[in-house]
Amino acid sequence: MSLQQIARKEALFFSGHRACHGCGMALAVRHILKATGKNVIVVTPTGCLETFASPYGYSPWQVPWIHHLFENAPSIASGVAAALKAQGRDSVRVLVIAGDGSTFDIGFGALSGMLERGDDVLYICTDNGAYMNTGGQRSGASPTYSSTTTDPAGKESLGKTQMMKDLPAIVAAHSAPYVATASVAFLKDLQKKVKKAMLYHGPRYIQIDTPCPSGWGFPPERTLEIGRTGIDCGLVPIFEMENGKITSTHKIKKKIPVTDYLKAQTRFGHLFSDNRGQAELDEIQAMADRNIERYALLRESGNK
Amino acid sequence: MSHIQVVEGSEAVALAVKACRPQVISAYPISPQTHIVEWIAKMIADGELDTEYVRVESEFSAASVISGASATASRSYTASSSQGLLLMTEVLYASAGLRLPFVITGVNRAISAPISIQVDHQDTISLRDSGVIQFYVESSQEVYDTHIAAFKVAEDPKILLPVMVCMDGWILTHSYERVSFMEQEEVGSFLPPFQPVNFLDVNDPKTWGSYAEDDVLMEFKYAIHEAMQYAKGRIKEIFSELAMITGRDHGGLIEAYRTEGAEVILMAMGSMAGTVKEAVDELRSQGKKVGLVKIRCYRPFPFEDIWDVIKDTKIVGVMDANFSMGSEGAVATDLKAKLCGRPDAPLVLDFITGLGGREVNKGTIREIVQKAEEVLNSGLPLHEPHWVDLNPAILP
Ligand SMILES: Cc1ncc(C[n+]2csc(CCOP(=O)(O)OP(=O)(O)O)c2C)c(N)n1
Ligand code: SF4
Ligand SMILES: [Mg+2]
Repeated sequence: MSLQQIARKEALFFSGHRACHGCGMALAVRHILKATGKNVIVVTPTGCLETFASPYGYSPWQVPWIHHLFENAPSIASGVAAALKAQGRDSVRVLVIAGDGSTFDIGFGALSGMLERGDDVLYICTDNGAYMNTGGQRSGASPTYSSTTTDPAGKESLGKTQMMKDLPAIVAAHSAPYVATASVAFLKDLQKKVKKAMLYHGPRYIQIDTPCPSGWGFPPERTLEIGRTGIDCGLVPIFEMENGKITSTHKIKKKIPVTDYLKAQTRFGHLFSDNRGQAELDEIQAMADRNIERYALLRESGNK
Repeated sequence: MSHIQVVEGSEAVALAVKACRPQVISAYPISPQTHIVEWIAKMIADGELDTEYVRVESEFSAASVISGASATASRSYTASSSQGLLLMTEVLYASAGLRLPFVITGVNRAISAPISIQVDHQDTISLRDSGVIQFYVESSQEVYDTHIAAFKVAEDPKILLPVMVCMDGWILTHSYERVSFMEQEEVGSFLPPFQPVNFLDVNDPKTWGSYAEDDVLMEFKYAIHEAMQYAKGRIKEIFSELAMITGRDHGGLIEAYRTEGAEVILMAMGSMAGTVKEAVDELRSQGKKVGLVKIRCYRPFPFEDIWDVIKDTKIVGVMDANFSMGSEGAVATDLKAKLCGRPDAPLVLDFITGLGGREVNKGTIREIVQKAEEVLNSGLPLHEPHWVDLNPAILP
């Protein structure tokens, strides 16, 4: 058997999907399932993943998978978990893999309900910062001053003016025992977190930064690099919260300015096209600095 | 052997659900449905029913939770009403499309605005195109029996669709009636455990809810229609099987009441049918040739059974407790569409009745019959729906 065949044999998510080249989300999903193993039922709401990974007649899924609607993945998952409990099928676990629009916006009420009830579901949000399946509209997770098709930069606009919703904190405020962020730039860390989350029971949440070449505007071979720069500038903090307390943070080796991250993506291009984006760039830098402070992201800043 | 007890209609539902032993129940309050999920909660709290009871944050999730549970091979149930049922609409379409069987009690109540908690059929009628099978019931006894049959209909391997048992809010949910209950063993042998061939199974992973294109979507939809067509016969079998056990026969898809030789046949659904029966008895005793067709199963629409009964009558007066804005009542539209092109078809009149709980009494029904007779005698057809008991004094 060739290495490729072995990889195929062991993967629970492989060819048969139609993601764009360099899609961070497809990569994330493959590694999520590597970490969970095959005893999971996966619920995915409408979005890129559902669309690229379920063209009727083909399926990359080697685990039972269900797509129902855009805004109800948490409650479908609650129902699956309730059924498994009723049947005493304890060894089977429930996993949601959902986009940011579904998680932050339209399915937020359902997610809150699932968290509050304490249902035994691992909820993973693959965050690409916009409604990508419908062409890149603004979501509650779109970063400040990104240009999206419903909040585009223009003569009178520099894109989204609001802050990104702090969903990990909101989830933690529901007393979820395990909350973490991860990135496709660090796949080992991602897998480790998924494995750890599987050790807990009750509602757990992992938010994965999944760079999207088509939406963010960068060449497909740069997905991991973009992910890494987002982390190294402080805009994408990587941490774990267990029982409400931060228990680990991914330390930045060498802090870089946010402009290194932003410049590489067309969704922020308007901030650089003339001089009018300077104040906004300063604002974004201040946000990154606040993150660095809040999560103690620098090596020298104490806790390891 | 069965036992008889006087119970609230909502408790009759709860006892039927309990007898069917669902593994997952979701609950969200809305009047006049709330008593049902409260009765169930009490049974669980008292250790009389062992089920996963999920206290959801919305009806959208109530329907979603039981959809997920059904896909995971669990018998599942919820109840709702009015705004709650509308909120579930998107979920119900998707679950019918995914062929997920479960049972919902649809407690009939008007739709906002203006907000009202009184009964009419606008809420459940608005779900008629979703792929959900719909029963309408007249009494607490029929409520009880129909819920037990509903699970068997939903879970039939050739049907696999959600089933909604529609019952009039307040009139049925909150009134006390004598109900004869089945023994647990009787229900158990009538309704074996839910064991679907396809479910979310880690040992046999399948992909559910795929993205479909124009090459297959029509076939998916047609398959639901076929299942509905098949269900017509199967529902009748299931109800007669149940009648054999209980000794109670509510009819199949419809109930024909004193329709022999009738010149005017009224058509109604839900508790209104009880009032119509009384009025029909009175009118018959006065020598008027009047009868009733009660539609028990509205989706699939039982036209063949209706036709058998109405084909020799002159005029059918449909009592629609709903209205399709800009058109007419939904039941009248259904019937007219099916009659269209039959030269021998009776005339159909549409009477909009009882919206928002407006009283429908024997006087109302006499008025409707009189109107039908006028049309019959004048030979002038009434094409537009007739809004019964409309008060012109308060119209803008
Ligand atoms: C109720 C409803 N509203 C809108 C849509 C259209 N829609 C489908 S996917 C999608 C965007 C998904 O965004 P996100 O959750 O971020 O996932 P992504 O595609 O970015 O991975 C939208 C708006 C829908 N399917 N259902
Ligand atoms: S749009 Fe982005 S997230 Fe969607 S498939 Fe393409 S690269 Fe992946
Ligand atoms: Mg997205």
